[in-house]
Amino acid sequence: MIYEEVTSGSRTRRTLTGATRVLLALKIDGPLVVGLALISAFGLIVLYSASGQSLPTVWRTVARLVLGVAAMLLLAQVNPNFLRRLTPWLYVIGCVLLLIVDAIGHIGMGAQRWLDLGLFRFQPSELMKLAVPMMCAWYLHERPLPPGIPALLLLALMIIVPAAMVAAQPDLGTAALIAIAGVLVVVLAGLPLRIMAALAVLAALGAWFGWNFMHDYQRKRVLTFLNPQTDPLGAGYHIIQSQIAIGSGGVFGKGWMNGSQAQLEFLPERSTDFIFAVIGEEFGLLGLLLLLALYGFVVGRALYLATQTQDTFARLLAGSLALTFFVYVFINAGMVTGLLPVVGVPLPLVSYGGSSVVTLLAGFGILMALYSRRKLIGS
Amino acid sequence: MPSVRIKDHWREQHLFDRRALVGAVLIVLATAGLIARLFVLQVVRHDYYADLSQGNRVRNEPIPAARGLILDRYGEIIAGNQPAYQLEMVPEEVPDIDATLAALVRLGLIRAEDVSELTRTIDSSRSYDSVPIRLRMSDEDVARFAVRRFEFPGLDIRTRQTRWYPNGDLAVHALGYVGAISEADLKRIDRAAYAGTSLIGKLGIESAYEQQLHGVNGNREVLVNAQGRSVERQGAFVPQMHTKAPVAGEDLLLSIDLKVQRAAESALAGRRGAVVALDPANGDVIALASHPGFDPTLFARGITGAEYRELQNDIDRPLLNRALRGAYPSGSTIKPVLGLAGLTDGVITADTRVYCNGVFTLPGSRHVWRSDKGEPRGMLDMPEAIARSSDVYFYKLASTLGIERIAAFLAPFGYGQLTGIDIGGEKPGLLPSPEWKRKAFKRPEDRVWFPGETVNIGIGQGYLLVTPLQLAHIAGILGERGRRFRPRLVTGTRDAAGRVQWLAPIEDAPVKGVSAADWTVVIDAMVGTTHCARYCGTAAAMFKDAPYQAAGKTGTAQVYTVAQNEKYNANKLPERLRDHAWFIAFAPADAPRIAVAVLVENAGWGASNAAPVARKVLDAYLLGPDGKLKPPAAGSGSAPATGPAPVPAPQQPGPAPASSST
Repeated sequence: MIYEEVTSGSRTRRTLTGATRVLLALKIDGPLVVGLALISAFGLIVLYSASGQSLPTVWRTVARLVLGVAAMLLLAQVNPNFLRRLTPWLYVIGCVLLLIVDAIGHIGMGAQRWLDLGLFRFQPSELMKLAVPMMCAWYLHERPLPPGIPALLLLALMIIVPAAMVAAQPDLGTAALIAIAGVLVVVLAGLPLRIMAALAVLAALGAWFGWNFMHDYQRKRVLTFLNPQTDPLGAGYHIIQSQIAIGSGGVFGKGWMNGSQAQLEFLPERSTDFIFAVIGEEFGLLGLLLLLALYGFVVGRALYLATQTQDTFARLLAGSLALTFFVYVFINAGMVTGLLPVVGVPLPLVSYGGSSVVTLLAGFGILMALYSRRKLIGS
Repeated sequence: MPSVRIKDHWREQHLFDRRALVGAVLIVLATAGLIARLFVLQVVRHDYYADLSQGNRVRNEPIPAARGLILDRYGEIIAGNQPAYQLEMVPEEVPDIDATLAALVRLGLIRAEDVSELTRTIDSSRSYDSVPIRLRMSDEDVARFAVRRFEFPGLDIRTRQTRWYPNGDLAVHALGYVGAISEADLKRIDRAAYAGTSLIGKLGIESAYEQQLHGVNGNREVLVNAQGRSVERQGAFVPQMHTKAPVAGEDLLLSIDLKVQRAAESALAGRRGAVVALDPANGDVIALASHPGFDPTLFARGITGAEYRELQNDIDRPLLNRALRGAYPSGSTIKPVLGLAGLTDGVITADTRVYCNGVFTLPGSRHVWRSDKGEPRGMLDMPEAIARSSDVYFYKLASTLGIERIAAFLAPFGYGQLTGIDIGGEKPGLLPSPEWKRKAFKRPEDRVWFPGETVNIGIGQGYLLVTPLQLAHIAGILGERGRRFRPRLVTGTRDAAGRVQWLAPIEDAPVKGVSAADWTVVIDAMVGTTHCARYCGTAAAMFKDAPYQAAGKTGTAQVYTVAQNEKYNANKLPERLRDHAWFIAFAPADAPRIAVAVLVENAGWGASNAAPVARKVLDAYLLGPDGKLKPPAAGSGSAPATGPAPVPAPQQPGPAPASSST
């Protein structure tokens, strides 16, 4: 008996040690990968139902996930110092590409977000989701923290220029996410509280002035944006139907593939931006709590990894990536539940479509690279 | 120059950790807020959203209940339901709606002038709903469409239940009709109970018994998607949908005898008038006719503006229900009741004689009341005065009785009151009295009752107005010697399971204080009207060789007041100012089974114009196919009884018919 126990115990320990060795060798963080894998798996299960039982949709998502995992594994192998030296080039290339996209869009008289590279379509704005926080972290790396006013002005420029170019596409949602990723780096670098307060006051003043100079129809547009319920057949339709879906799901949900709001198409964008409501309807409060727990675990782990890195660039970048991930989740969930205005932000790793899956996993790859090489940095 | 700051790694690490911690706390708070929001949506307000979700996915489609049938006393259908063919279009399946409509016009299935209206209807309908394009198609239309069906994708012929009146305008004024539910109807009905129903009773029995006829609509739950399209599956599942079956409306069993009704209406053909026949022993209406009528199907299928205007502007007023709403002077039909009043009040006896010289004057007045045709009839007793319709006798009697006693005696017979028949729209007529006159007129000099006005009442002229229904009712009261039953058309209802519920007749307060002997005097006098003995009654010629003994009274109601120094000459007067002809009767006189009132507008003499109509109605009801009196039906009125083989009726003893009289 005793002998067997020892044997099995040692076998388990050996297996674990083996897995750890593999992960270490691949510069991969085990808990983070498990968390991401669970979210993606849950997402695929929900997507099958939300897409109206469309297997092709699921397979396309799997393909994107594979691409994202490949990017993650690849980036995890990169030396952070190399990444840091590469950052300004990446940033500049991204800005140039954005300029090209804007120019093509302008000439073609229509919205343009991607470059056709023949094999696949490439969205420079997705690149900027990573390049902007990297650039901010790169800039702050050598400087003493917290940054001074001249540094802050330069940082503001670094953030605003690409964000404005994305906004001009026009893609306000992505522009906001790019800006948030950059701002989070600055905040983590110790942006003084009084400056944050001053900016808040400035924003409030600007809003007040803007409101007073607006025409009635413009005010109405703003109000509808902030409270879509006033327009139940137009902008309000999405949010009303998604609240009905979530609310009618109750605690336990209506069951997988049995949500009437989603399956009978009352819920618009059911497999993309509003997939959170499908989970609420079919899996109930318990399903949403499980999902939020998984997100919480991933964000928490990422934040922990960020604190364990040893230089400024790594810390700021990793911290920003972790927080940005949460911001995605919160904006999407807040919008679907009616807490926030409706902006087109997908639920990370769950919503169908776009290249955001690849960007997200690439971001986590960078995060892992930063963490796994912590002892090399600075030496 | 600010002092050069040197990177302090330990401090920066510390700063970052602090900020990361704050970030983590903010994340926890934000997540808590999100969860609180989810709790509100999914736990606190779950029922509310569950209802909304159910309302989204389930559409309740009404299943209209079949409207109850209306049957005559022998079970013949007066109003039924008929599946009608109609052409319907599902707009989204039609490649080119305009071209399709044009093709239908060429086929003669729709009229060119209806196209713009149809286009509007189609545009305002949901693209997957079936829109009726053409209602009530004939078999020929159906066949014409069927052979070219393949040319019209998205069009199909469907059957729908519509109201069906197999006898056209027969008894329409008793029956009423159904029509499209109007704004006014919507205010008084429960909209939910009428979902899926397009027709509602508008008039007559169809309206009065709407609740029984309508039944209870059922409904069917249908799973629909966001586009409103009905679907089978909800995701991977086929949910259970509920259906509530409709309960058909109750059938109405009428006391109307369609054979008698037909006899009455054919007798009125070509004239304006009304016939009401009822069973005096229980109030059952045997026939209720007002002529001209109209086809109720016009309303059931949706009457056009032009058709309605035509009916409304018709000088013969086919929409007017003369039987219930036509108020006319009663003419001499009042005489039996007045005679009874004289006997009861002891003013006269049956033998009291009056010399009829053809004219009557009141003391102190120069006004001369003429008798009809002005012929002197010599010395008359009361029965002869009734049978030969002496005006002078009743001028005198009325003047002796006085208006107060007359009004008091007439009221229990129902003059000036609604009979209470079980359909709406009845008019009360008018029983004048000094009190009424005080209230009705504005100018003080008009509010006084003049003695001459009492004299007019003696022959049923002046202010007195009655409806044909009232007079049939009064004839029945006379026949039943004061017993009074409320007229009714519906004697029972039959539910969908075939259970029949008979309604008890309603007996109203009888006429009191009249002795049996006096009833006999007046009834005998009315029998005298239809017979010749010592003298010939006014209607004797029309009842010659009748196999039953009828008691009747003729009446001629003046429309136009003849000047004092003129004689009434029908040929000189425009038709619409000529006298109305009345006849009331009941038969057999000793045990009446039927009482009848006939009015023919502007026809002249009651005896020659109204009495023959009454004779046809009485014959139709009382005689078997062999032309002999049918034996009385057992428990008359309550259960429809097909008469057994007719037995020869006992020959009624009566005066031998003699040659003509007035």
